[in-house]
Parts: sequence; structure tokens; C-alpha cells
Amino acid sequence: MANDRTVHQMVTAQWLLGGESIYWTGSAWSESFAEGKVYADQAAADAALAEADAFVKQRKIVGPYLIEVEMDATGPQPTSARERIRAAHNATFAIDHGSWSGRIAD
Amino acid sequence: MYRYDQFDATFVRERTAQFSGQVARRLAGELTEEEFRPLRLKNGLYLQLHAYMLRVAIPYGELSSQQMRKLAYIARRYDKGYGHFTTRQNIQYNWPRLDDVPAILAHLAEVEMHAIQTSGNCIRNVTADHFAGIAADEVEDPRIWAEVIRQWSTLHPEFSYLPRKFKICLIASEHDRAAMRTHDIGLRIVRNAKGELGFAFYTGGGQGRTPIIGPLVKDFVAQEDLLSYLDATLRVYNMHGRRDNIYKARIKILVQALGAEEFTRQVDEEWLRIKDSVLKLPEAEVARIRRYFAPPDYEKLPVYVESFEDKKLSDPDFARWIRANTHDHKVDGYRIVSISLKPVGAAPGDITADQMDLVADLADTYSFGEIRATHRQNLILPHVRQQDLFEMWQKLQGVKLAEPNIDFVGDIIACPGLDYCNLANARSIPVAQRISRRFSDPKRQAEIGELRLNISGCINACGHHHVGHIGILGVDKKGEEFYQVTLGGSSAEDISLGKILGPAFSYDEITDAVEAVVDTYLDLRTGPAERFIDTYRRTGIDPFKEKVYGSLKERRSAAE
Ligand code: SF4
Repeated sequence: MANDRTVHQMVTAQWLLGGESIYWTGSAWSESFAEGKVYADQAAADAALAEADAFVKQRKIVGPYLIEVEMDATGPQPTSARERIRAAHNATFAIDHGSWSGRIAD
Repeated sequence: MYRYDQFDATFVRERTAQFSGQVARRLAGELTEEEFRPLRLKNGLYLQLHAYMLRVAIPYGELSSQQMRKLAYIARRYDKGYGHFTTRQNIQYNWPRLDDVPAILAHLAEVEMHAIQTSGNCIRNVTADHFAGIAADEVEDPRIWAEVIRQWSTLHPEFSYLPRKFKICLIASEHDRAAMRTHDIGLRIVRNAKGELGFAFYTGGGQGRTPIIGPLVKDFVAQEDLLSYLDATLRVYNMHGRRDNIYKARIKILVQALGAEEFTRQVDEEWLRIKDSVLKLPEAEVARIRRYFAPPDYEKLPVYVESFEDKKLSDPDFARWIRANTHDHKVDGYRIVSISLKPVGAAPGDITADQMDLVADLADTYSFGEIRATHRQNLILPHVRQQDLFEMWQKLQGVKLAEPNIDFVGDIIACPGLDYCNLANARSIPVAQRISRRFSDPKRQAEIGELRLNISGCINACGHHHVGHIGILGVDKKGEEFYQVTLGGSSAEDISLGKILGPAFSYDEITDAVEAVVDTYLDLRTGPAERFIDTYRRTGIDPFKEKVYGSLKERRSAAE
């Protein structure tokens, strides 16, 4: 294993109620990938992941895990197709919603 | 169509109430995710990439117009206005909220639908030939027996914790329209020399990481023994299936490990013990179920309808649609209509709530209120009078549901893939969309002829890639999407597994690669009557390999 580069990581999870992808900002959860806090050392990333457990217990989130990110001039970027798609919160094609106009009331 | 009896109605209602309680306890913190997960899966609820996904069963693909309207209502009220028909005659909602699911299940129960046994290691929704009851070549209506199996397998206490999921499929014709031999048990209804009806058992087929064509293990099981023979098969599997290794846990692995002969010997041994038990099917019960599938009130119609023939002559688009999307009905004057859920550039199998409502209206007006879902992610209106076809086609055109491409290259099977699925390696739908756009000209598609293209986003093979004439499998290379192409698969009566063409293609190359495969076929075929699969079988894979990688090399160097 090459150990000569810094691995940047974020904590991600899903909201329990809706399942949306969320990212730990260091103090809260955000649906914006760009707001996710980036950890450059493993111990800090592990500690953040451990912290997420409290939110699991409070039934706010499910399935927290660490993802690797890449740093460029604009900030952190996902490093896999899967995480790029999660961060976009949608399918990558235009969905034909038909008559959908928001969640209609009863 | 079958209507719930008191037992069905009660258990679906009870299960809905039970699941509401489980959701409430999850939200109140009385259940952890680990505890809740198996419970939600028992009710068809998955947690996917962006949201929950609810999979609703459509037993043997049969839907009433009333049920379709309810599906539309749920799509609008609780989802984003659409649903997705799968390769297992189910419908999936991609965006429900956890706290809405109990209400959705209550709505479904109102129209005798549910999501029970659409996930988990149990006997899943039983599937059948979508031409059941209307095909001229069938020996019996498979829906009757699919319903018998549905009742037997629903909440079967002994088979609720199998080593792995279990899928049963039924056909009753020589023609296999349901990929029967890719199931854990494929059943074909046959007649023996005495003219009696019975079942040929093809046990241990499957796709996924180890694709196997189900071998014929028993050529005739009498009607009355259907359930005891199924029970005996499941018992041997339940006892000896590999619970220690998820990749080896399907019945196909057991049948391969024991050999079909030894497996059958063990099943027979068990069967002899139980065949005269309560599992013996009472004739009266079969007759009761059969009555639900009595043919609708067909009219006596002329075979030749002048207005219909005239329209075909004067409108080539209509004629093309008739040729591609309608099939002979066993009753004169009627045709079976396939509604393609693959308009050019669309997500295969997706349908909006408005389209669902329109299909329900068309079913009421033209097809005795009946609709079918096919494993190729299309819909069927089973009985349409020839004289109504033109008017109906115009209405379908109005909602982009008149694509004349059934069994053509645009009629692509695609699983949800990495746009939705948590297990995916790569996207399926956008690949299907690009290919569909590349072949958007219906004339070109008709010229190419029958060509089944199936795409899966991972080796689980929900998109049936192993048995596509052209199969595409999404693979992951260091987090990026690549696509492996197989050629020569088939899920029909001439079933075969595809062979890998060569190294995988990138997302940007895969459409060109498919086009190169198709062009090679057009060069090689002896004439339009030789289908893609027949040409492939005649020439083998080498000419395709040469052409496809050759043209790719040219393109790559031109790009440099
Ligand atoms: S084949 Fe794989 S990616 Fe496609 S739906 Fe099945 S599990 Fe998901």
C-alpha cells in the first residue's frame, strides 16, 4: 500500500426519513457535498465517524461511512461515479415527472 | 382476474397494520436499523442511493385498470410522479419517504395489492407468460396455476427463511416469452401422451454471478401433485442449500453440486412421503380459481375489417406499429397490444402517473379493463378489437406510448443501475437512452429486426444481460464506469448464455461499440430473415470481435 499521500475523507450518511445523502460539516449534517468537512488524517476521520453514531441513536441518520475525496481548487470532489451521483441527489438523466407538481395534498 | 378472498384481504390488512407499527417503533427508537432492516425488506422496502425504494408485487403481471389508477395516485401523492416496471413483473417507486410507506401500503391494500415477498429470502412474486390466456399456442392458462402457487407460497411458514431468494415462473407454450429457464423453478405446463395436463420442472436456473440454464429435472408432474412436488423441491433446498456463503446459496448451486439426477432423486424421495398429504390439490379448489380466469365476453367479430386494413395501407406509421407491437389473439377479430415503455431516449420501464391513468382508461375502453406487465418492462392490453386499433394508437401517440419497437434494438431491458441502486457498479439507464437515441429511426430498427439488448448495472443481472442477444454489464474500474459486452444470449425457447466479446468499453465508447456490433451483423447476415442471434450462431463471435475492436481502434487514433 502506498502511504506517501494524504488521504482526504468526509463522513457521509442518509437521512432516516427520506434517505437523502448527507455530509457531516463538523457540527451538523448538510445535503450539500461542498459543505462536508474534509479530514486529512485518519484518526480525525475515525473520530468524526464515531461521533456520527450519536445521530444514528437519535434516529436522525442511517448508515454513516467515510468516503475519500479529492481536493482541487474549488474544494473537495467525489472520487467515484457512485459518490458523484449521490452528491447530486438525483438520477443523472432528466426524469419525466409527468404531471408531478410537488407532493399534492389529500 | 383473481379477487381476494377473506383470507387474502385479512392478511394484507393485518400485514399493513403490522408494518405501520414497525415503522412507528423505528421512528420512536424502539427498533435499531439492524432490527428494522429485515422487517422493511419483508415488505419490499429498500434503502437506495438517494431515497427509499418500494417494490410492489404484480402477481403474474396482471393488473386491473382500477389498480393502475391507484398506482398512478401513489406516484403523484407519495413519489415524484412516476414508477418503474421491473423485469419481475413488479413496479418500483424510487422516492417514497419512510413515514409515508404505511399509508402507501394501505392504499395498495384497497385495491388488493401489496409489497409482501418482493424482497428477502422467501418465495418471490410468481411470474408468468404475459400472453397467458390469450396466446393461441398455449395448452392451458398459466395464470390459474400461478395463482395456486401464489396462494401456496404466500406467508408459507416453512419457506420464509430460505437460504436465499426463490423465483418461480410459469409458461404453457412452446414459445418462452417469460425467460422461464432463468428461474429457480421454471414450470412449463404440458400434456402427456394421455392428453393429461401436468408440469415440466426446470429447476436450478438463474442469472446473477453464476448464470445457469435451468435443467429439466422432471418432465411430468400431475396437476394434483403440483404443490407437493414444489414443497418437496423447496424442502430439499431448504435443508441443503448453502447458508454459509451468499454467493453459493441459490438452488442452482445445489443442483449443480449434486447433479440434476441426484437432486431429483432426493426430491422424489421427499415427494413420495408427502404426495398424498394435504398438499394434494383438490379439483374443486382449482375449479374455483379457474372461474376467476374465465375469458371475458368476447364478441363474435369478423376476421377481416375493412377500415382497419385501409388504415394500414394509408398510414405507414400505423402499419409499422401494428407489425411490431401487436400479436395474434386466440379469438378472431382481436389483437394483443404491447405498449412499449421504451420511447426514444426514455428510461426503460418508467411510466408517468398521467400515462398510467391513460393506460387505465384505454384498458377500460378497449380491453375489458385488463392490463399486463411484461418481464421486458412493457405493458400489454390483452384484448383489443381490430376496428379499435387505429383510434387507440392515436391516443397512445398523444402520451408518447406508441413507439413501434417491440423486440427491436430500442426495446432495451435496463435495470435501475447506478442512478438509483445501492449495489450498482455503473449506470444502465443513460446507456440505454444513448443507444435508443442512436437507433431512433423506427425504419432502421425494423430493418435490423429482432434484437434483444439487455443491460445490468452489476453482476446481479436484474437487467438480464446474460440472456440478451446483446448483453451489457456495468463494471467498476477504480470507481469509474465500464461496460462489458456479451453476445449470443437468449431467454426464449432457444435459450443460451452470452459470451464475452472482449475488454470492457468506457461510458463514452459503449454506444459506438453496440452500433459496430449491429453493423457487423447487417454485413454478415444472409438476408433480413436471418435474425441477429441466428447470424451470431452461424458465424461465432470472432467476426464481431474483429470489427468492433478494429473500429474502436480507428476511432481512438482519430481522436488523438
Ligand atoms: S443488476 Fe445490480 S445495479 Fe442493476 S438493479 Fe440489480 S443490483 Fe442494482
